[in-house]
Amino acid sequence: MIINHPLLGPRDSQEFVYLGDASLIDRPNAMAETALDDFHDYLYLRDNPAGSHKELWFHEQGDRSWLVVTRDVTTHEITDVELASDYAKRRGRDR
Amino acid sequence: MSQKNRLVGGQIDRSRPLSFAFDGKNYEGYAGDTLASALLANDVRLMGRSFKYHRPRGVFSAGSEEPNALVELRSGARQEPNTRATMTELYDGLTAMSQNRFPSLRFDMLAFNDALSSFLSAGFYYKTFMWPPAFWEKLYEPAIRRAAGLGRLSGKEDPDSYDKGFLHCDLLIIGSGPSGLAAALTAGRAGAEVILAEEDVVFGGRLLAEQNLLTEQCGNEWVSDVIGELSSLPNVRLMTRTTIFGQYDHGIFGAVERVSDHLPEPPADKPRQILWRIYAKRALLAAGATERPITFENNDRPGVMLAGAMRAYANRWAVTASTDIAIFTNNDDGHRTAWDLDAKGVNIAAVIDSRMDTPSSTEFEVLSGAQILDSHGRLGLRSVKVRLKDGSTREISCGALGLSGGWNPNVHLACHKRGRPVWNETISTFVPASSGDHLLRIAGAAAGIFSTHGALHSGAEEAVKALNDLDVSAHVPELPEAEDAPVKITPFWYVKSGKGRAWLDLQNDVTVKDVQLAHQEGFRSVEHMKRYTTLGMATDQGKTANVGALALLAELEGKTITEIGTTIFRPPYTPVSMGTFAGRSRGKDFRPYRLTPSHKWAAEQGAVFVEAGNWLRAQWFPTQGETHWRQSVDREVLAVRKSVGACDVTTLGKIDVQGADAAEFLNHIYCNGFAKLPVGKVRYGLMLREDGLAMDDGTAARLAEDHFVVTTTTANAVPVFRHMEFYRQCLWPGLDVQLISTTEAWAQFAVAGPNARKLLQKVIDPAYDISNEAFPYMACGEITVCGDLRARLFRISFSGELAYEIAVPTRYGDALIRRLMEAGKEFDITPYGTEALGVLRIEKGHAAGNELNGQSTAAMLGMGRMVSQKKDSIGRVLAGRPYLQREDDYRLVGLKPVNSKETILAGAHLMTAGDTVNAANDQGWVTSAAYSPHVGSSIALAFLKNGEARHGGMIRIVSPLDNLDIEGEVTSPHFIDPEGDRLRV
Repeated sequence: MIINHPLLGPRDSQEFVYLGDASLIDRPNAMAETALDDFHDYLYLRDNPAGSHKELWFHEQGDRSWLVVTRDVTTHEITDVELASDYAKRRGRDR
Repeated sequence: MSQKNRLVGGQIDRSRPLSFAFDGKNYEGYAGDTLASALLANDVRLMGRSFKYHRPRGVFSAGSEEPNALVELRSGARQEPNTRATMTELYDGLTAMSQNRFPSLRFDMLAFNDALSSFLSAGFYYKTFMWPPAFWEKLYEPAIRRAAGLGRLSGKEDPDSYDKGFLHCDLLIIGSGPSGLAAALTAGRAGAEVILAEEDVVFGGRLLAEQNLLTEQCGNEWVSDVIGELSSLPNVRLMTRTTIFGQYDHGIFGAVERVSDHLPEPPADKPRQILWRIYAKRALLAAGATERPITFENNDRPGVMLAGAMRAYANRWAVTASTDIAIFTNNDDGHRTAWDLDAKGVNIAAVIDSRMDTPSSTEFEVLSGAQILDSHGRLGLRSVKVRLKDGSTREISCGALGLSGGWNPNVHLACHKRGRPVWNETISTFVPASSGDHLLRIAGAAAGIFSTHGALHSGAEEAVKALNDLDVSAHVPELPEAEDAPVKITPFWYVKSGKGRAWLDLQNDVTVKDVQLAHQEGFRSVEHMKRYTTLGMATDQGKTANVGALALLAELEGKTITEIGTTIFRPPYTPVSMGTFAGRSRGKDFRPYRLTPSHKWAAEQGAVFVEAGNWLRAQWFPTQGETHWRQSVDREVLAVRKSVGACDVTTLGKIDVQGADAAEFLNHIYCNGFAKLPVGKVRYGLMLREDGLAMDDGTAARLAEDHFVVTTTTANAVPVFRHMEFYRQCLWPGLDVQLISTTEAWAQFAVAGPNARKLLQKVIDPAYDISNEAFPYMACGEITVCGDLRARLFRISFSGELAYEIAVPTRYGDALIRRLMEAGKEFDITPYGTEALGVLRIEKGHAAGNELNGQSTAAMLGMGRMVSQKKDSIGRVLAGRPYLQREDDYRLVGLKPVNSKETILAGAHLMTAGDTVNAANDQGWVTSAAYSPHVGSSIALAFLKNGEARHGGMIRIVSPLDNLDIEGEVTSPHFIDPEGDRLRV
């Protein structure tokens, strides 16, 4: 596969390490009353769509950026790639 | 008689005769021959024995689809099994042996399998060799493997090299027949970057194998004109002997180029083969089609072959398999073979056409509405038994029979991304689905366009479309006039008659009956049928077999072929050598070592090295008179405890963490607190995964308010860095913090032992006070050594002794270890390796990789209270799960054998004395074990249920695999200096 890196252009997927569902970015509030249940769901309950999927790829053999790649897991068509930090900020993550 | 079956004409070079040997007998052929064509020229029809029944077999095809003529090519280390004689270019001195026979090809003792055929039906092995299970590995499998199977490996190391390469292009054209060449001409003239890949030795495809495809010009001439023009274009790369074997995602293609296979051995500067990874913006599949046979009883005798192959042998190689041939066809194409061979003076015994409406001929007899019922000839075809239109039978003598059941487009590459071909009723064949990928277009026979005119034009037009996609303007060039005959076929798959066997898959010896039996036993899905009967497997992947079997299955199921469908197409299109995939990654290059900065020095000392992660580290340093590794390791351990030792610890991961929020970041990453760590101090840190289990441990040294140096274990250097980057970028993108791995940047040595400070004072520049008061335990700082060389000093200890780790820029590592050794002479400094390092840390009770194995919690490691509940850190929440907090969970303990002469082994399990040794009674396991010269016996670290409360108790240490069953005492994991006084002096 070829991943169109937002900074570096098209790169072979061999340069990347795959992590999984980009929902890992939506980490629950660890200080909430319901944290134990929230973290259980966060870590162990994932959707497994046969179709478009947002997922995390690490450009380990490259510039070390984490990317959010939108990929159809049935066809491998990649429709969007962005820096995970940009995506995370948009999802309200900060510090 | 020499080359009895050689005809006139052809494209061989008669001025270059070549000699070769098959099964030890010498023959002659010509340059341009394949092994198969040269053997046929010499009237050798018998080339192999079949896989299962050891039936005599001859060459069946003239290309890469060959199921029968597999040979062992070359001898010695270069012996290559299962080489298709049809793909083997003849060279002078070539030697080949037939395979799967004993003692000889003509007399094969294992042919008794054939007599047992009624017992060897589909699923025979599954049904017969089930019981007793223990017999499978020892008895059944080896015996079956000897009897069945293909060629033999040489068992020697391959002396040749294989390379890998990368290519990029606008348009990759796969195949160079009429459509591929027309496409290449179109794209080449348009200025696009083109790769034209051809699996054959020369370009041209069927243009080389046929007469009169072009009406005003000889096919060969047009091919050489086009290739001449293409070679002059700098934007066109022409690749022969190159098979595109797989289509992968996003326009990536796998190709193997057989650079030196046509030579006795590769030239000194050339690899045997190159594995190319081709990145194509667009690709055009112009791979042509493969003919399919018609099945009848005993249709596998040497001399029975595809009609198109027979024609190719005659036209291209000037060879016929016999001077008397017959044709069995269900379509007009089969008649072409008769015309071409008749024109070359071969006697056409008859053309047997299953259709009623057939072309007629004045030159030879055409039997319409006829079928072949059986054939005769033990080691080669002698005659066929034909049932005529009127129901009468007739025996027709012939030495070769051409079969033409229609042509299957080579759709494989179009289906590698899970596409399935669709059945085209008009031309009775599977064609690629029209809704293909926009990256790959299909032209010519591969698209089911079988006329030469159609192929030429579709090639050019598809190339134009592909280039237009890329905004390159291109035009259909002037193309030669060509035949435009329609496909005239009436599907006919197999002759229904008699009780004998009719082969569908020649390579796997699968018959019509086998498929019927599989179906009867419930294997009705095409994928199940394939696996149960093995039809379509092995080197040819059923290229000549699959569609016939699908038609049969459709008939049995009462469905159409469309409803039955095909099996999934997967790469590779044709077999690729393992060596090609390995490329240069062989032996030591498969996994290169990283060398530590002190490697050269350690090698000079005679160190014994060990692989640790991807590093090569000194394991111990034998000195004169030491004959056993334990002597060296015990000496090194005692020397550290007594005076001072030095060890290269560069391999530990080092991550520089900088930025205004560096402390806050580490406070989140580590489960223990880091926010308040003062500048100039080091702290031990435990990192959890988000699921609450321990991930890695190490130290973080605060060199400045906004600058930390984090260390990781050797094995986890890469995963920890990835993990930290994940949290930095994905969870806290607002933090002002930057990370960089500096593992390679710093050479780091542990200097440990009571005299460590005295030694370092001789090396560190006098401006730096490292007295216990100025530089206490867990201090760190940036210093200079040996006269202004920048360095870092950490007062940390893995051994439990007064110890430091000192780091200098990597290029000074070698100089520093030599300086330390020189300066340490007065303290009898002892270099120590990873074994002593391990013993020292086990004596001290420090966890390492064996304990941090991804299954342990902080509590198990005795660090439960380290997990700060005052802050949010990775893993804190789920570490609090009740199950991980249970009181009787495993705890890290020490173990000593009651009898000090006995040895504890890592991996042993812990049992309560008197209990039966089984999993239910398991109390824990030994993680690390060593002989401790300090304690004077074997010692170990272990995880033991409720271990913290069991110090002083007894436990049974059992390892049935090692015949170990001893009594041990549970202790604190700290065998030395539990209060830590030695660290602080």
